[in-house]
Amino acid sequence: MDILQYLPFDLPHPALLLAGVLEGTVLAAVLALTALGLSLVFGIMRVVNVAHGEFYMLGAVLAWFVTTWVASVTGGPPWLGFAVALVVAPVVVGAIAAAADWLVLKRLDYDPEATIVATIGLLYIIQQLALTFYGPDARPVVAPFDFRVQTPYFGYSGYKLVVVGAAIVLMLAVWLVLTRTRIGLVMRATQYDRETAQAFGIPVDTVYAGVFALGAGLAAIGAVLIVPIQQAHYLMGGDPLLLSFIVVILGGLGSLKGTLVAAVFIGLSDGLISTLYEPTLAKILATLLVAMVLVFRPQGLFGARAA
Amino acid sequence: MTRSILLHGLVLAALVALEPVLSEYHHGNLARIMVLAVYAVGYNMLFGYTGLLSLGHAMFFAAGMYGCALLVRLAEWGVGPAFAAGVVCALAAGVVVGFLALRTIGVGFMIVTLMFAEAAHLGILYYNDYTRGDEGFTIPQAIRTVAGLDLSDTTTRYFAALALFAAALIASAAVVQSRTGRVLVAIRENEDRVRMLGFDPFRYKLFALVFSATMAGAAGAAYAVLFGYAGASFAEVQYSILPLLWVLLGGPGTTLGPLLGTVLMFYLIDYASGTIMPGLAALVEAQTGIAAPGLASAWLLMVGLALVLLVLFAPRGLLGVVRARMVPWLP
Repeated sequence: MDILQYLPFDLPHPALLLAGVLEGTVLAAVLALTALGLSLVFGIMRVVNVAHGEFYMLGAVLAWFVTTWVASVTGGPPWLGFAVALVVAPVVVGAIAAAADWLVLKRLDYDPEATIVATIGLLYIIQQLALTFYGPDARPVVAPFDFRVQTPYFGYSGYKLVVVGAAIVLMLAVWLVLTRTRIGLVMRATQYDRETAQAFGIPVDTVYAGVFALGAGLAAIGAVLIVPIQQAHYLMGGDPLLLSFIVVILGGLGSLKGTLVAAVFIGLSDGLISTLYEPTLAKILATLLVAMVLVFRPQGLFGARAA
Repeated sequence: MTRSILLHGLVLAALVALEPVLSEYHHGNLARIMVLAVYAVGYNMLFGYTGLLSLGHAMFFAAGMYGCALLVRLAEWGVGPAFAAGVVCALAAGVVVGFLALRTIGVGFMIVTLMFAEAAHLGILYYNDYTRGDEGFTIPQAIRTVAGLDLSDTTTRYFAALALFAAALIASAAVVQSRTGRVLVAIRENEDRVRMLGFDPFRYKLFALVFSATMAGAAGAAYAVLFGYAGASFAEVQYSILPLLWVLLGGPGTTLGPLLGTVLMFYLIDYASGTIMPGLAALVEAQTGIAAPGLASAWLLMVGLALVLLVLFAPRGLLGVVRARMVPWLP
């Protein structure tokens, strides 16, 4: 063990290391859900949805409204309101996304550059409407249950571990739908060749609206899960958007497996680096890495070469 | 060609003639608008003429602004040489980013520029000791002088802004009506065909990007010198979106579109945050009883709506429509 004293830095205390890994795992789980939504939308519709972070924010804000409302009407326990929010928030956000698809994206004929400009516009519209009706404050949502898991060094929030489990279950569900059901087959057919799919009677417009709603819904579920840990705020969409972009690009645009691998990689390293070192520096390195990957290896670090 | 010279001359003459008649408020606004319009003119060269949509031009604006302001603050340079250094910083940033980002096309180019700009913005926050982060720093009025002219004096400031805008406008009009300008437009329309005709599209695209970055940097440095402030908010994504919006509104690929778009959007936002939004907030509260405290400050809502409406209904912008319907020779 003597050799350790020659390291150019001090090894962090194992408690700090464990905290970093745990925080990183929670971040990775929620990030994977959010990024999966972005990746599906890009993979199937070839649309880069810059407003994705705002759908996440809407999910968190709706969770606050729903839990507050349920608590005031029924006086029930926190888990009741949370369960209602877990259903209502993604459905409402999905409906808003479908409406945006029908009102804006479809009319642009999904032209990649025009849709980016339009989703930037949507970003500001959603964000500023949230500021208008929700206000500038950050507000907490009570966790649905409260127990602690004892590690050798400290007690850790059991809710956070449940979040990780829930995210894994949801991602498995999405994967099963995509690979094992007729709906998934229709989606993959549309991704593979839009025109041929249409010629075979697949309602491509409906598929697109559905995929856009599903992508936004996944972001909203991720936000509902995170909101007992992190308060709901109208500007909270920025970070998940940036991180989802990083994950989707490192994983290879449109590759779902790559997205998952990259989410775990980025989530863990972000958790570790932010706990142990400077979070801003971690973000600078990650954004530069993404730019370099796009320039020199556009198929992503983990993905197969995409078309 | 003569018509074009006449038109640009008239616009510049009108800006000169406006100086003594404007109220103090509009006088200050127009000086600011002309500096920002330089930024838009640069953005237009890349987006409007060459067809490359950058989402990261704020990094060039910030390179000019900080390249200039930090030299004044830390190395005690005079504002004249510092301004030149700022422009050079932006030019260098344009060359580096160009060599990397131009290897990508379409959506890839948009995201690469966005990521570089985000890294630059975070870098400014990270070196908080020098840049003072979001809070920013001011350049004292006493040292904002060039060759005995006090740049904080409103009239001098107006004419300094106008001189810079005139230089940018003339340079851009000269480029787009030259052989190079025609190649740029051809790249926008069909890059493969340009390559087939024996041109190297990369060199022309690099030229357009560096030209555009240099203009953005000149605008950023001028902003620091004329208004005496540098802050990290100018490096945020928002400041990359704004020139896109100004150019889209005025007309991409028209020499005067950037000025028109900047003027209109500036006053729309000004009017919105002063009158429309507070009025709307009061109306919502009176009609529905829902207090909407944030609505008065939600001027970015206008930016969002303008972007969506423009891209849906008028992707050619105001002067683009004018050119298509009435004045086909508009440069």
